[in-house]
Amino acid sequence: MKLITAILKPFKLDEVKDALQVAGVTGMTVSEASGFGRQRGHTEVYRGAEYTVDLVPKVRLEVIVDDQDAAAIVDVIVKAASTGAIGDGKVWTTPVDSIIRVRTGERGSEAI
Amino acid sequence: MEEIVLNSGDTSWILASTALVLLMTPGLAFFYGGMVRAKSVLNMMMMSMVTIGVVSVIWVIYGFELAFGYKANSPWYGNISFSGLGGMVNDFTNNGGLYPIPVLVFAAFQLMFAILTPALISGAIADRTKFISWGIFVAIWSTLVYFPVAHWVFAFGNKVGDTVTGTGYLAGKGVQDFAGGTAVHINAGAAGLALAIVLGKRVGWRKEAMRPHSLPLVMLGAGLLWFGWFGFNAGSALAANGTAALALINTQVAAAGALLGWLIVEKIRNGHATSLGAASGAVTGLVAITPACAFVAPWAAVVIGVLAGGICALAVSIKYALNFDDSLDVVAVHLVGGIVGSLAIGLFGSSAVNSVGLDGLFYGGGTALLGKQALGVGLVLAYSFIATLIIGFAIEKTIGFRVKKDAEVEGIDYTEHAESAYELTSSSRGGSLL
Repeated sequence: MKLITAILKPFKLDEVKDALQVAGVTGMTVSEASGFGRQRGHTEVYRGAEYTVDLVPKVRLEVIVDDQDAAAIVDVIVKAASTGAIGDGKVWTTPVDSIIRVRTGERGSEAI
Repeated sequence: MEEIVLNSGDTSWILASTALVLLMTPGLAFFYGGMVRAKSVLNMMMMSMVTIGVVSVIWVIYGFELAFGYKANSPWYGNISFSGLGGMVNDFTNNGGLYPIPVLVFAAFQLMFAILTPALISGAIADRTKFISWGIFVAIWSTLVYFPVAHWVFAFGNKVGDTVTGTGYLAGKGVQDFAGGTAVHINAGAAGLALAIVLGKRVGWRKEAMRPHSLPLVMLGAGLLWFGWFGFNAGSALAANGTAALALINTQVAAAGALLGWLIVEKIRNGHATSLGAASGAVTGLVAITPACAFVAPWAAVVIGVLAGGICALAVSIKYALNFDDSLDVVAVHLVGGIVGSLAIGLFGSSAVNSVGLDGLFYGGGTALLGKQALGVGLVLAYSFIATLIIGFAIEKTIGFRVKKDAEVEGIDYTEHAESAYELTSSSRGGSLL
């Protein structure tokens, strides 16, 4: 099994979520995040004083999928999240040792 | 002597104005509260709210007499008396002549000014002031600075026949200040500068971002201030008459002009017209028109407003050049705005719009009025700054004026008040009642 983690532009969340549901993904975890990559932060001005805001608001989306589905699901996310502009985010995968559904005690692929 | 009969129209307007001016202090709490970081918004608002408590109590005991009493017949202070207001219940206001409104309405109306003035100072020392020390400062500062200065400016003396006793120094000199450009705004601005120096800079000033945490709160505060300011300025006519009407329209158009003036400076300098700029600009216009509102024509009020908005927007950078942390720009808005408005009377003053007014430079009156206005500006600025420095250092050396560094970094809301303003997550505070 693989954990797919995606850092997205917040306004892209709905499109990515819909695309994942069409692709057959049945569950996901979404949290608010902040950070920066190559685009760095942005500048805000209050009463003439400039502040550089380093950490830009982002959304972190996590999905666990079977190994054979991982590449396809990553492609779905990348396609839906892309605007072509700087700051579109990142997607990466991590191996997952085990997964248990709390309600039933099911393990492995059954629990996804 | 002709008998004075209560005028219900005048009295009603001053009663309503009193409530309007009170609302400015909670309005100021929102205006300032939105500008600080989320960890110190409650403390910022409390500095305004506790001022209502402290000043109201000392006003009824001795403050009103110290500001507006006449029995000492001094140009520098009113009357030292602890009799309270109890003996005046059926009296009419006599301030340079008898007004057909009860003296208690006048006392209540003037109380709201006495509350707002120290509250204005609090913006200069945001995020770092010991709450108990602030409360004590408000009591001492009101007693030694506001009440005497209000006497200099606003006390026109007790007039019986042709004899006037107890006229304030600046009022007697003919310095024109309709609603408090000197006594309220220059006074608070100079005191704010002094306290910013006494307390020193916030931890991390100019190194870390200290962005306003809620601009909608700032907008709400600016709106409440603008609303209340109609009572502040038009109520200062102490009557529901043409002077009140002039003050009211001038208040509106000066605030509007300054809102635009500030935005224009921002747009040219920084490329964006900001919401904080609009709110700040409106307030600077209200500040600048305060002394002038009953002495100038409405077109001049627009000019004063635009000038004040532009000049004050530029004046914000003074604190960076001179390296003092006037956190919420009390100097740029109130001191500079008050000076612009007070001196503008010397230029735009017109006896055509107000029979007791004088002609300024642009109306053929020469520089005589401008000189008087400069005297008022200079005296109030110097006295307030020096007296506040002394009071501030006295508090700093005895009970301490500033919270510990750790407390400031952790957040003054929690360390001084054991509260936090916002509970934004539902699961992060799994506490119990004990």
